[in-house]
Amino acid sequence: MKSPEAVPAPVSEALDEAAIVARARAGDPQAFAELVERYERQIYRLARHITHNDEDAEDVLQETFLKAYENLPGFQGQSKFYTWLVRIAVNEALMKLRKRRSSKVVSLDETFDTGEETVAREIAVWEDHPEEQYSREELRRILEEAIDSLPPLYRTVFVLRDVDELSTEETAGVLGISIPAVKSRLLRARLQLRDKLTRYFKRKQEDLFAYL
Amino acid sequence: MLTCKQFLEELADYLDGELAEEVRRELDGHLAECPNCWVIVDTTKKTLQIYKGMEARPLPPELHARLMKALQRKMTQPPER
Repeated sequence: MKSPEAVPAPVSEALDEAAIVARARAGDPQAFAELVERYERQIYRLARHITHNDEDAEDVLQETFLKAYENLPGFQGQSKFYTWLVRIAVNEALMKLRKRRSSKVVSLDETFDTGEETVAREIAVWEDHPEEQYSREELRRILEEAIDSLPPLYRTVFVLRDVDELSTEETAGVLGISIPAVKSRLLRARLQLRDKLTRYFKRKQEDLFAYL
Repeated sequence: MLTCKQFLEELADYLDGELAEEVRRELDGHLAECPNCWVIVDTTKKTLQIYKGMEARPLPPELHARLMKALQRKMTQPPER
């Protein structure tokens, strides 16, 4: 008899999530609470990166889950649940920004040209596992500060694409911008972060002689 | 011959494996001869690896509690007509 093959982890997670979403749609509050627990951290992080304000980020977090609960019957399962949540969160966060800067219309699709060239200013070899030089907390602070120092439009694209691992198409969809716009912002975000992290992660001077 | 600037313009697609074979070969050729671009590719790859493993910070307990309270209120209120 053929032994049953193990279901790969991502598939099993997706099945698991589909079951929880189905239970939540059927009105099981415990199931919805499980979805909240699963994604609240990521939604809050995203909201903070867009609004740059703790109070606004908390409002966005609450509104996102309240709206998700309200609109759950309309979620058809064509996208991942997280992608659907992100779309709600991005809209809420943009509304917050609009309220704060009422004189200026805010959109993530603004023509954005800083005149910056695609340049890398810091060129130095890094340690093999540079993250191991820092404690978990220190590392998180370094990484978050580096993201926070990016221009807002780069920040959001980078977090969705490279931290939350949405695809280019999904990122373009939730932000309402074109695929080339996602790609160009992602490239610049990656290069700027690399530059910023070089000062923490570059190989110490004395170790350079190991090459000689 | 590709310049470093041209190379960097393609870097994101290069790292994501989204380039046509021919373009990729051209970039590989530049990389084999340009130590600076090699360092940039290596350190950008490391940047992405480090960020991919970054978990979001847990919510402060009081923030989580306020969220759950707001949701409970919503769940117990009758649907709007």
